[in-house]
Order: sequence, then C-alpha cells, then structure tokens
Amino acid sequence: MNDLIVKTIVRWVIPFIQVFGVYVIFYGHVSFGGGFSGGALIGASLILYAITFGLKASKKMVPHKRSQWMESLGILWYIALGIVGIYASGYFLGNKTAGFFMGEAGQLLSAGIIPLLTIGIGVKVASTMITLFQKLVEENEDV
Amino acid sequence: MKKIFVVTVLTLLFLVLVYSVLEMPDFASLNSPAYNELARYYVENAIEEAHATNVIAAIITDYRAFDTLGETTVLFTSILAVTSVLKGKKHE
Amino acid sequence: MFDALLKHMNYIAAMALFVIGLYTVLMHQNLIKKVIGINIMETSVFLFFVSIGMVQKGQAPIINLSDASVTYVNPIPSALILTGIVVAVSITAYSLSLIIQLYKQYGTLNLDEMVDEVEHD
Repeated sequence: MNDLIVKTIVRWVIPFIQVFGVYVIFYGHVSFGGGFSGGALIGASLILYAITFGLKASKKMVPHKRSQWMESLGILWYIALGIVGIYASGYFLGNKTAGFFMGEAGQLLSAGIIPLLTIGIGVKVASTMITLFQKLVEENEDV
Repeated sequence: MKKIFVVTVLTLLFLVLVYSVLEMPDFASLNSPAYNELARYYVENAIEEAHATNVIAAIITDYRAFDTLGETTVLFTSILAVTSVLKGKKHE
Repeated sequence: MFDALLKHMNYIAAMALFVIGLYTVLMHQNLIKKVIGINIMETSVFLFFVSIGMVQKGQAPIINLSDASVTYVNPIPSALILTGIVVAVSITAYSLSLIIQLYKQYGTLNLDEMVDEVEHD
C-alpha cells in the first residue's frame, strides 16, 4: 500500500495494540480476557503490519522458522506442565494438588498453573494467525 | 422458478423452527434446567479451589484443562491441513 | 401470542440468522459467498447456545471480592463455545485454501462455469 497517511498511522498504533494484547493475556485470571482473546489481538496487529507494509517486510519481521518454533513451543509447554503434574501428584494437569504457588485471589501472582497455561495458549493463537495469513497470501507473491 | 421454490421451503423451515423454539423455557428465567447445581458449584467454589477471580478462565484452564489441550491440537491440525494443500512456489 | 414471541426474542433471532445463512449458501453461485454463508450459520448457533446461560439480573462472572450478594450469569455455555469458535476459524481457513487451488485450475470462481468446463472435457 503506497498511502502515506495509512503508513504513518499504522506505525504509531501497532505498539499500543500489542501492549493491550499482552495486558489481556497476563491478567486473564483476574479480569476479562484470557488466552484466546489476547492471542487474537497480537495476531491481528501482525496481520495489520503485513497488509500495510507488504509481504516482504512481514517476512523479515516474522520469518517462517520463527513462527514454526513458536507454534511448536506453545503446545510442548502445555504438555510439559501436564507431565510436571504427574510427577508432583498423581494427576495430569493438576493445580492445587500438584503444589503450584497459589497466593491470594485478585493479585497478579496467584492461581498456580492458570497464568502459565494462558501464556502458552496466547503465543500459540498469535503464531497460528500470522502463519495462516502468510501461507494464504504467498501464492500471488508478485501482486 | 428456483428462487420461488427455495424461498417457500426456507419459510416453512423457519416456521417449524420458531414453533419448536417457543416450547423452551423463558429467556433468563431462574428455574431453567441449564442453571443446575454444577453451575452454582463452579461459581461458589472458584475462589477457594482455583484462587482465580475470572470464573470462565478457571473453568477452561483448571476444571476442564484437558478440553483446552484438545483444542490447541485442532489449531495445530488446521495449519497442517493448509500447508499440505498449498505447497508454495517450488513444485519440483 | 406476542408475549410469548417477546420472551423468546434471542432464540428467534438465532433461527432467523440460520435461515438467512442457508439461503446464502443455496442461492449464490460464487464460492466465496458460500463460505460467508457457512460462517453466518455458525454465528447463529453460537448466539443460540450462549443466550441459554442468561440469568435474570445477573452480571458477568468476574467475582467481586467486596460484595457477596450478587447473582452471576451461568458460565458453562460460554466456556464451551470458546472451543467452537476456534473450530469455525479452522474450517474457514481450510476451505479458503481449497478455493485458491480451484481458481488456479479452472480460472474462475463461479460454480456454473466450473461444472460446464468439467462436463465439456
């Protein structure tokens, strides 16, 4: 896109969208949000960058190998937390019975396994959205 | 001709669906069968057992965390399916 | 009669959206419009399912630590629909990739012209 107004405004707005997405992921167990909506926000900001500045600039920011690694790390982190639950108590993905740090309700550092799983889900959803967009647009790369 | 036929059949379908929806309990009633003791248990015990204020986050990552694992597998499978159909520019 | 219709407004709107989506899938010949119709039908099912969980004078299920006598909305249907939304996104992505391959093979997105090209082969 060769429009000067769109490029300037998008360059200013994308960091704010990403900070809001990270806030929604981290406070998922205290207030509204959670893994899926925070991951969708970060993925939407990366798609906005790809639409405005072209496919080549987007491939320099998120190359194919990096998004592959983020995708696999998201699901392997989830399964690793489940196997830690088997070693600590007898249950896969246990929370209070596996001895994670509980804390008080309403604070940021509380609720054991819930923030860790939420970060894994958020990373996975964001990398899925940008990978699907790059794959679908790659076919007509000179357009 | 085809348009009149499709519109008639779909209007009949809409009337049948509305007639069977009117038999459901009222919208937002306190004694609907969906508001049973499991929903009250989740709302009352989310703070003591999960120490989380957001009840829905406690449901999908603590009480029913295995379903969320199946759903991340669905996301992974969709990328596999799209990659196997579109192979990129180098074919040979 | 109008009283019964007003009390079930959400469910009737969900059924109307379902029939509109089905009309879009059946009548239009462009393949992308059919994918949009499938998305409208999925949205109507989500609306129907989530509005089952509403409770009179209920608030969103974020527990207020300083107030102990508030009724909260039923949280179970919302937690089940989160998985459904992700499945809908996966189906849309896969069908769009199949449409790209069909366009490369036949050169058109119109279903009637594709069927004509296959039959005259």
